[in-house]
Amino acid sequence: MNVLPVEMGLLLAGVLFTLGLISVLIRRNIIFMLISVEIMLNAAGLAFIVAGSRWAQADGQVMFIFILTMAAAEVSVGLALILQIYHHLKTLDSDAADKMSG
Amino acid sequence: MAFYIASIIAILATIMVITRYNMIHALLYLVVSFLAVAVIFFMLGAPFVAALEVIIYAGAIVVLIIFVIMMLNLKEESVEQERKWFSKNIWIGPGILSLVLLGELAYILITSERVLLNNSVVDSKAVGMSLYGPYIIGVELCGLLLMAGIVGAYHLGRQRRKVVHRFLEKAEE
Repeated sequence: MNVLPVEMGLLLAGVLFTLGLISVLIRRNIIFMLISVEIMLNAAGLAFIVAGSRWAQADGQVMFIFILTMAAAEVSVGLALILQIYHHLKTLDSDAADKMSG
Repeated sequence: MAFYIASIIAILATIMVITRYNMIHALLYLVVSFLAVAVIFFMLGAPFVAALEVIIYAGAIVVLIIFVIMMLNLKEESVEQERKWFSKNIWIGPGILSLVLLGELAYILITSERVLLNNSVVDSKAVGMSLYGPYIIGVELCGLLLMAGIVGAYHLGRQRRKVVHRFLEKAEE
């Protein structure tokens, strides 16, 4: 337990990031794509925490707090956009919003 | 050992998130995934961030998404539609390509020299001293970003009321 290699933490972050990336590539539902972006941001934060724990510095946690703030702002704006798209197009299909006609 | 158990729970819960058809079920698994990651943060010596993960990710963000799903008022047929959208020939290509990238990353990590984590706890006081010391400009930028997020979400989420008159029909702001 005490001899945890740092590669395992980074590998876990990589696996979670890959799962989020796969999900954002294969889903057509916009809400699922937003959830996948949250998974990817969380994995990036996990990598920062592992690196901060390796050198016993507070910088990793500070970066995680910044990522957390960014994720909160991003999800609020994204959900507002999803509401508008649903009211305009009556669907959650991301392919339906491929025309840039105002 | 506890690290590996929490890691496996996090990975399994995330796999369940990305394969569900029902959005609420996916969000419940997402909460489990965030809780497992919070346990890992606690073990890595970051208790303050573990608490933030539970409160903000598993609490606020998931609840926000649940409220939007409730506002959209999706019926049973959305699950069927999701099942139709999520066919096998769609996910096989991006899945294989991403897994190749993951394998490459794992190869690089495993063949590099092994570095052990020193288990020391960085408490919230050190984080706060660093946050309001050298990173004060980042904190101010975060405040600016949150303000822009609030204004943007209000502006985008506003409903436009449609006024129907006998002679003129216009969309009122």
